[in-house]
Amino acid sequence: MDLFLSEEDQEFKDMARDFAEKRLYPRAMEFDEEGITPQELIDEVAELGYLGFTVPEEYGGMGFRATTFMGVIEEMCAACAGFGIMLSVHCSLTCEILKLFGSEELKKKYLPDMAAGKKIGAYCITEPNAGTDVASIATTAVDKGDHFLLNGTKSFVTNANFAGVFIVFAKTDPDKGHKGISCFVVDCDSEGLTLGQPEKKCGIKASDTREVNLADVKVPKENLVGELGQGFRMCVTILNSGRIGVSFQAIGIAQAALKEALKYSKERVQFGQPIANFQAIQFKLAEMATRIDAGRLLAYRAAQLKDEGKPCHRESSMSKLFCSTMANYVCNEAVQIHGGYGYIKEYAVERYFRDARVTELYEGTSEAQRMVISKDLLKE
Amino acid sequence: MLEKKHLEFREKVRAFALEKIEPAAAALDLEQRFPDEHMQPLTEMGLLSMLIPEKYGGKPTDTVTYSIAVEEISRVCGSTGIMLAAHNSLGTFPILYFGTEEQRQKYLPRAARGELIAFGLSEPDAGSDAGGTKTHAHREGDYWVVNGSKCWITSATRAFATIAVARTSDDPQDKHITSFIFERDWEGYSVGKKENKLGLRGSDTAFLHFDDMKVPQANLLGKVGEGFKQMLITLDGGRISIGAMALGLAQGAFDCALRYAAKRVQFGKPIAHFQAIGHTLADMATEIEAARLMIYEASAMKDAGVPFSRQSAMCKLYASEVGTRTAAKAITVLGSIGYNTGVYPVERIWRDVKLCEIGEGTSEIQRLVIARDLLKSLEKVG
Repeated sequence: MDLFLSEEDQEFKDMARDFAEKRLYPRAMEFDEEGITPQELIDEVAELGYLGFTVPEEYGGMGFRATTFMGVIEEMCAACAGFGIMLSVHCSLTCEILKLFGSEELKKKYLPDMAAGKKIGAYCITEPNAGTDVASIATTAVDKGDHFLLNGTKSFVTNANFAGVFIVFAKTDPDKGHKGISCFVVDCDSEGLTLGQPEKKCGIKASDTREVNLADVKVPKENLVGELGQGFRMCVTILNSGRIGVSFQAIGIAQAALKEALKYSKERVQFGQPIANFQAIQFKLAEMATRIDAGRLLAYRAAQLKDEGKPCHRESSMSKLFCSTMANYVCNEAVQIHGGYGYIKEYAVERYFRDARVTELYEGTSEAQRMVISKDLLKE
Repeated sequence: MLEKKHLEFREKVRAFALEKIEPAAAALDLEQRFPDEHMQPLTEMGLLSMLIPEKYGGKPTDTVTYSIAVEEISRVCGSTGIMLAAHNSLGTFPILYFGTEEQRQKYLPRAARGELIAFGLSEPDAGSDAGGTKTHAHREGDYWVVNGSKCWITSATRAFATIAVARTSDDPQDKHITSFIFERDWEGYSVGKKENKLGLRGSDTAFLHFDDMKVPQANLLGKVGEGFKQMLITLDGGRISIGAMALGLAQGAFDCALRYAAKRVQFGKPIAHFQAIGHTLADMATEIEAARLMIYEASAMKDAGVPFSRQSAMCKLYASEVGTRTAAKAITVLGSIGYNTGVYPVERIWRDVKLCEIGEGTSEIQRLVIARDLLKSLEKVG
């Protein structure tokens, strides 16, 4: 029984699991080792409608709520967290910001291609010298009359290599701090936009992460998302959506790690019996399952608030903080239960352990979540 | 997850707790005094008959509402909270669920009027291993003759009746454990002296002794040999209420720490504005929210009539550990003044909440229940 999920939500989650187990999981190790997001699988999820899952039907999407979509994210990430984050960034960040803040013209121009998977989205905020302190970004966008001219460097951009659309945050009024930030849609074939080498990462290696360089990139006026100077505000709203997505990524990884640990503990015999018979192992499993359940409840509550259009700032941060900490705990214990085998690449928990780490870092570090939560608490 | 009626009830019971319960909380603890003065207001609010149907004089609610009540009362006074939880979940529930119509009519109206019913499972040599029960009942004509002792009985000195289990055969198997309803007025029933405890000092905990006590056949609860199973079912519900109690205590400690940190000035600004404190508060609040959702989940599952043993054990395990962590952190936020007894509630809460990791199954027993259920579900999937 799941209190937050409707029958339809559960059906979509089951379908996603079926797909992920058949198509994604068997090759996840290969994607991890080669560091690739395979195009044929992007095409397959596009075919299933996942790339436009929360995009309104009038723009070619399926128009589902986030709560339904999160089941899909969880199942994709349980099979291959690197592939799952491609989906999460595309849907929960790039499609979402256009859906919520884009002009009618922008939505018509981009969303149908994005929903169909012809254009994958990438999201560019972080810079070499601007991480948690988002307001300190140095990328600039100068109004040149009939277009904006963008200059700067964005780092750790997911999906960069195959993205058709880049959502870029830049300063239009550098003296105004966070109120001087605006948001733009930049086409991948824009002159002056170049990509760095793929980052060599600890985990989620099946996702593509690169630096994006903008040197005198001309962006048409109509590609401004929302209003001038509203970039920071939009970014904060979208981060809620991203944080809920990362929560479900963490849940997917943790659930997969628990599943492996349960299976292994029943099979592995020591001292004449399966190690699952020993309390030392049983209690680890109990603790892992308890924390996953707690995380899931926090994450679904945040998703539901978002779907109801209610404030979910504190709740999204709580969910992300809790789930990412939980996933690292669970994966560490899963490796522990496997013993030496857990440290070897033949066993999936080795990958989960690496993949879980990033959930405490992106879409705001755990420390950034605590900043959001404590600020909100003290406001009361 | 909450409906409007739940939110309205929370407002109501919170205001009640602040007005009627909170003012005495520190004194009850200091003086080890049972909250006699709370019995009438609690009865009038219907909080002592939350599971009892109207025809027996109760004001029945769903489990979510009941959990909110235990949370809000415990938020201001743990001693009153545990009395409330034990009476409803352990005292009235078994009679309602396993009792005959005659037993319900005899005991539930009195319980609804605020007369307490206790619950006796633990014994000196049977704690986590309830199968080790030694209290013995043997049949003599129309009566059972009971001998033995029960320990850690909440509200023992006040309860007019006790649900307790006894062994009805010399065979050591669980299937020979049977439940009875005992009355304190009976010959052979005696109450030990009040235990001197770390926390929950307002709650009266004591031994019960049964010495050749004659128990009429009519006071057998359910069938012979079903006692162990009944206890497990009763504890599934009871654990949610201990979780709710831990949650209330955690919230009480957090509220105090938050208010204190916002006004306590050091180095020229409120300490809440230092990240060391602000982020501690953030972690406390996050864990409390997770615990609360788990308690609502288990409560709602119970209300929906689906199996909830795992969720009940999970919410109790998690909420009680969040409770002890939160209370300890709250003392840290307050510093020395938090360590004082009777100035701020955090010190009392820290002592009170430890019980939640022990009562109605230790954390270790919860993990046992959860792990068994997990491994069983794996067998089903194959």
